[in-house]
Amino acid sequence: MSSNASPPESQNKFAWIYLIAALLSLIGLADALYLTVQHLTGQSLRCTIISGCSEVLSSPYAQIGSIPLAAVGATAYFSVFSLAILAAFRYRFVRPLLAALVAVMFLMTLWLLYLQAFVIRHFCQYCLISAAVTIILTGLLVIAPVVAGKRHRSSR
Amino acid sequence: MKRCPKCKRVYADESLTFCLDDGYGLIADAAEGGSADPNATIGYSQNIRTSKTQMKRFIPFAIIALTLIGALVVVLVLLRSSQRSSTLNNATPDPSIPAGAQPPHIRGNPNAPVTLEEFADFQCGACGAYYPELKKIEAEFGDRLRVIFRERPLVPTHEHALIAAQAAEAAGAQGRFWEMHDKLYENQKDWSEAKDVVPMLVDYAKQIGVDPDRFMRDLNGEVVAARIFQDGKRAHALGINGTPTFLVNGKEAKDESWKPDGLRAMINQALSGAK
Repeated sequence: MSSNASPPESQNKFAWIYLIAALLSLIGLADALYLTVQHLTGQSLRCTIISGCSEVLSSPYAQIGSIPLAAVGATAYFSVFSLAILAAFRYRFVRPLLAALVAVMFLMTLWLLYLQAFVIRHFCQYCLISAAVTIILTGLLVIAPVVAGKRHRSSR
Repeated sequence: MKRCPKCKRVYADESLTFCLDDGYGLIADAAEGGSADPNATIGYSQNIRTSKTQMKRFIPFAIIALTLIGALVVVLVLLRSSQRSSTLNNATPDPSIPAGAQPPHIRGNPNAPVTLEEFADFQCGACGAYYPELKKIEAEFGDRLRVIFRERPLVPTHEHALIAAQAAEAAGAQGRFWEMHDKLYENQKDWSEAKDVVPMLVDYAKQIGVDPDRFMRDLNGEVVAARIFQDGKRAHALGINGTPTFLVNGKEAKDESWKPDGLRAMINQALSGAK
């Protein structure tokens, strides 16, 4: 609320955060697209020389119904990218949407990390890259604005 | 008379609306008898500012659209490269590709019109899951199909894959390769999770009628190592990094063809071509 009332100069002071978020989401998008293609071409069903990935990607958790989980991830990352770009260009109404989306992705990431560690007992490096991207995005888009907002209020 | 507000070039042609040098909109020349509107320049710069603001509004959408197009291109390139990634689709034997261990382990009719060559890892979960399906396929096609097994232990992904391959080859030295092959897949879960796998392998060897002393000697012997190495050289030359990989008469079963029904269809196609 306080940010809505702030002057134009300060309105865009988080633009760089959104630009970094957009760049990070591109890494996540590339990662998810690679995994989607692997899944679609049937490669992920096999064992490969990359340790752990085959076990994770051929597990029942790698798809929701008939949709590869990686495709869902790619859609989520593209949405994050689009919203972050809009937010960086002062489309301020998208910021809460972006924070909510990243928060959901963060919860999903925690669930997937739990599955890899305790259920499948193998880690896939591509999944870990995606997890790292989501965790950084959460730090940037959910935690940082909250902390900045508190500081802004306390400095008044 | 009209004038470009940027480069100041004057145009006598009243029908022109844009400067031919820089594309700026022309304004009436104020020097021409003072008849030009003095607010024209202000209105013009306001227009420019408004159009710039409008353009700025569309920049994020343009970036998003370009990224979407880029992502689709990346997907297409990845799909294409996965199709081209191996040289296997060429059914004609390439003399530059090593033949693998000789003689190969063959199951079925050695003179069958169709050859199914499998590259597999005994510890690979996908190979273990495919094993019963492959047995069904072998039974269905009978004498019309010969199956060749090639060692492709995925080291270091599967810690016991190499010793399992050695065990199969050591049993093979006593003519019991396929018996050990079946034993390893049927008990994959047990020995895969064992810390000390060798006693279990010796036990399997005894169960299939292999002399355990010779088995132990062969397990780390040069012949066994050479066979695994030869198969590995063939797999490497063919670009096989995943297991199980199947070749039907030298052509790789990919995507849908890799699945059991697709493999059946591919074998049938090869059979109809062989007639």
